[in-house]
Amino acid sequence: MMTKRIIPCLDVKEGRVVKGVQFVELRDAGDPVELARVYDEQGADELVFLDISASVEGRKTMVDVVQAVASELAIPFTVGGGINALDDMKRILRAGADKVSLNTAAVNNPALINEGAAFFGSQCIVIAIDAKYDESIGTWRVYTHGGRTPTERTVLDWAEEAVERGAGEILLTSMDEDGSKAGFDLALTKAVGDAVSVPVIASGGAGNAQHFLDVFTEAKADAALAASIFHYKETGVGEVKQFLRNAEVNVR
Amino acid sequence: MIGIIDYGMGNLFSVSKALERIGVPYIISDSPEELNKTKGVILPGVGAFKDAMARLQEKELDQFIHQYVDSGRPLLGICLGMQLLFEESEENGRFQGLGLLKGRIVRIPDRDQNGERLKVPHMGWNKLHFHQEAPVLHDIQDGYVYFVHSYYADGIDEQALLASAEYGVQVPAVVGQGNVSGMQFHPEKSSATGMQLLTNFAKAMERSEELL
Repeated sequence: MMTKRIIPCLDVKEGRVVKGVQFVELRDAGDPVELARVYDEQGADELVFLDISASVEGRKTMVDVVQAVASELAIPFTVGGGINALDDMKRILRAGADKVSLNTAAVNNPALINEGAAFFGSQCIVIAIDAKYDESIGTWRVYTHGGRTPTERTVLDWAEEAVERGAGEILLTSMDEDGSKAGFDLALTKAVGDAVSVPVIASGGAGNAQHFLDVFTEAKADAALAASIFHYKETGVGEVKQFLRNAEVNVR
Repeated sequence: MIGIIDYGMGNLFSVSKALERIGVPYIISDSPEELNKTKGVILPGVGAFKDAMARLQEKELDQFIHQYVDSGRPLLGICLGMQLLFEESEENGRFQGLGLLKGRIVRIPDRDQNGERLKVPHMGWNKLHFHQEAPVLHDIQDGYVYFVHSYYADGIDEQALLASAEYGVQVPAVVGQGNVSGMQFHPEKSSATGMQLLTNFAKAMERSEELL
């Protein structure tokens, strides 16, 4: 039986982890490699690094980070942020990442998904979708540019198209729930999961272990991603997994 | 010294880093001459079966692999590298493999026996069920490993099935016969369990050298 995956997400800017990560046992809470190791020890199934560098230099630094993480870690990891072309994917994957995550660039140029999947295989291509419910159309709308720009696309249509073009996984973030700590968006996660044939990673809204249980059992998510509750040690990956195990959810 | 066969289809970086972590020296090469100096080889692989076979043939690495196996030294295929060890694959057509193990590579069905939909690729951590004892499985207790694949080996010899995982069908996960072995998952991405499996392969390699 497959296990449900728990995936901590780290924001990396100019080669350093940002967004207040609080691990007291760390010498240096900004070091992506050290943090990655801590999450690995806690039993994280996978990691996502989101490169939020604004500069070209920052993006180059990310390649060094990817190399260092790949040298230290024996769990899969995904890198997203600033990947706009096949060359960007090559740089990141050859440095040792297992998957790249595309968001705005894929919406602007969907053929990029085909190119990436043809070159590296679908298993390397994660499509990240930022979703927000829109009453006027009665469904979720796709946003780009870190949630700042509404598009004409609906989430379900875009997810299906992305998979047809070769996406191997959907990283689905609910903008409605993101930061709320009120739980994952179950309706959204379930709707996308039912629509596509590839794994769906639920993101946005995790506040406690029960929320992970809900998204796995009620919304059938394959994996769930969270940032702040792990960073701020509100709960640990191990605690969430123990809770899930007690509820008879299959975890590693 | 382990040789990692470089035929342009593998995630060589993660395999080589894993070997560094467990302290096993290695070379990465596409030259049969170079690779022939090693005590064991790993055939990695990510991508499509047809392209992979074509590249092996282009570099005459298919012949090399057969000669290497005949010499008695161990070979480990990982992911697509394991699938290449079998007779043929139905991925995007029908293509011949290396034929070192009996069986063919077929697509994972998109429904299980109860008609429930299965996501393909089979992606994530799945539990190993052990069928037989083998040196490569020594000290493996927590048997969770990381899979990413859409095809699996069907119709294999029962004696060659060392471990499997359940995903709608019984997915052969660790296979082995004589000095030929394969892992459908990625040991180099499977945390401590994966490192133990690679360590076991390296140890088996040292022992096989004593036997030669």
